[in-house]
Amino acid sequence: MGYQRLPDDGDLPPQRIFDWPCRAWHWINALLVVVLIVSGYLIGTPLPSSSGDTSSLYVMGWLRFAHLASGQLFALGFLFRVYWAFNGNQYSWQLFLPTFWKKSWTDGFWAQIKWNLLLLKLAPRYVGLNPVANVIMLVLFVLPSLLTILTGFAMLAEVTGHDSWQYFCFGWMVSIFGNTLDLHLLHRLCLWALVCFTMSHIYIAIREDAVGRQTMVSTMLSGIRQYRR
Amino acid sequence: MSILTRSKRVITTAEVMESRGINRREFLGFCSMMAVMLGLGPEGSGKIAQAMEVKPRVPVLWLHGLECTCCSESFIRSSHPQASDVILSMISLDYDDTLMAAAGDQAEAIVDEIIRDYKGNYILAVEGNVPLAHDGWNCIVGGRPFKSRLQETARHAKAIIAWGTCAAFGCVQAARPNPTQATPISQLVEHVPVINVPGCPPIAEVMTGILTYMLTFDRLPDLDRQRRPKMFYGQRIHDKCYRRAHFDAGQFVESWDDEGARQGYCLYKLGCRGPTTYNACSTIGWNDGVSFPIKSGAPCMGCSEEGFWDRGPFYERLQGMQQFGIESNADMVGKAAAVGIGAAVGAHMAVSVAKKALQGRKDNASDEGNPS
Ligand code: HEM
Ligand code: SF4
Ligand code: SF4
Repeated sequence: MGYQRLPDDGDLPPQRIFDWPCRAWHWINALLVVVLIVSGYLIGTPLPSSSGDTSSLYVMGWLRFAHLASGQLFALGFLFRVYWAFNGNQYSWQLFLPTFWKKSWTDGFWAQIKWNLLLLKLAPRYVGLNPVANVIMLVLFVLPSLLTILTGFAMLAEVTGHDSWQYFCFGWMVSIFGNTLDLHLLHRLCLWALVCFTMSHIYIAIREDAVGRQTMVSTMLSGIRQYRR
Repeated sequence: MSILTRSKRVITTAEVMESRGINRREFLGFCSMMAVMLGLGPEGSGKIAQAMEVKPRVPVLWLHGLECTCCSESFIRSSHPQASDVILSMISLDYDDTLMAAAGDQAEAIVDEIIRDYKGNYILAVEGNVPLAHDGWNCIVGGRPFKSRLQETARHAKAIIAWGTCAAFGCVQAARPNPTQATPISQLVEHVPVINVPGCPPIAEVMTGILTYMLTFDRLPDLDRQRRPKMFYGQRIHDKCYRRAHFDAGQFVESWDDEGARQGYCLYKLGCRGPTTYNACSTIGWNDGVSFPIKSGAPCMGCSEEGFWDRGPFYERLQGMQQFGIESNADMVGKAAAVGIGAAVGAHMAVSVAKKALQGRKDNASDEGNPS
């Protein structure tokens, strides 16, 4: 079913939007993304040199460990989320596939745009994902995540070597680009896409919570969306 | 007997060596060294020696296209004192316009003879690549475009070795915007296996090692996805770099000649391309293993990687993105985007808050006691 606009007037009963696996994924994913952004940034452009005995220091080592460990968890989470798109509730696939061919969705999209341009007096109320936020999720989260995972594993294949399963599965990425420096470049650009996503995503959620007529952040915690008049 | 004289009788490599005054002790020394380098195990040396003694020597045509001859320079400086001698007799360099004595029409005739006499049985080694633009006139060899020479010789070769980054990936000639349309060998040849041996130049021992392997075992070494022999290009510089401990510790040279540089810290921040470069420098070293760039305090430039000239600046960690302005890189582009979004969010927030405040006041004024 996905996105559906609700009537502008009257009281509305609370709706269950996110089931618990979805919510668990969301918060674990958020944590992993923060760890990945920080550690990834520092891998590419490291901190000032640490002084001290080389044999007892492992600064880059731990950063890379944190990055590679959370990167692989992030990828597993992503896989799970794709699986859950098919097996979750009626809203769980909307993240990957906004229903842009449906009039209800496009109307909702323009309504949301107008609302964000402060042209509507009353905030739209709806079930499912906010269409504008949904597009941002797709363009700045889902696609960059996919690219980060692909380039990430292709770089991991360089670390684990040409006999590894990672190389077996992702070595074709190397053939596409030839020079694996390009993998680093793309991976790093995706970092910035994710930074942009995080900023806009948090802002939209908090703003909807504050000035819209329904809950957002608490919905992701409890799964229930409540409506104001 | 000159190595340029060929007869129909089968001549073995060992015979040629003998005729060149290489004694048995030197010969066996060479075989052991090669066996070690190729990772062939304890029996390897005997196998190489035997193969060289019984197998007919394979003619090698060594062509020079658009290139600087640094590969040949590297090759003739093989570290083992006799290696170059051995190799030179072994491959019976029947044609190499830089090294051979013959010149002019005589020399060019040799190529046709080899194609005729050894159809499908000679190895073609190519140094440099082929400029395709303007019908190939950017590289004329023997009065004709190099393109046609390559096509004639490649067609009947048993295998082709593409020496150096030029032949393998294009190198500086093919750097953007590549005005002569310099094209790597593997893109021009069909039906004949091509082995890429990149590096600018490749290490001498790598070159001799690959030739020895092919000539003694009569087969191609194991190749990776980019047709590079795994035995020499299977690992990154970074994987075997002796400064790796400093990388893991997070100790970097921050600027040239700082304390870190004197301590031999990792050169990552000065743009070392070791983490993305497949080559044997950090294992075999250069000039008889004396040193290699990183050991001398210079970051790896990634000379054996595809398109390395277009992946600059060489002494900076982050690759440039000329598409976004001549000095920009991923971080500048990313930060600009993030700042843009941050500003938009800030402005939007300010306007929303202002509007809410205004609206609140109006609502309060119009219907007192009925707050929304
Ligand atoms: C939120 C997602 C992620 C972000 C923001 C991120 C960010 C980064 C950044 C900025 C770098 C440094 C690139 C450079 O300049 O060289 C990096 C390196 C790397 N990342 Fe990620 N990454 C993410 C996910 C992943 C995933 C899913 C994997 C897969 C396992 C991964 C594996 C790697 C590897 C192997 C490196 C190279 C580390 C090295 O030098 O050995 N990353 N990452
Ligand atoms: S100097 Fe280069 S190759 Fe060596 S550890 Fe540092 S980054 Fe890796
Ligand atoms: S260290 Fe790097 S740049 Fe230097 S020769 Fe080796 S591969 Fe080429």
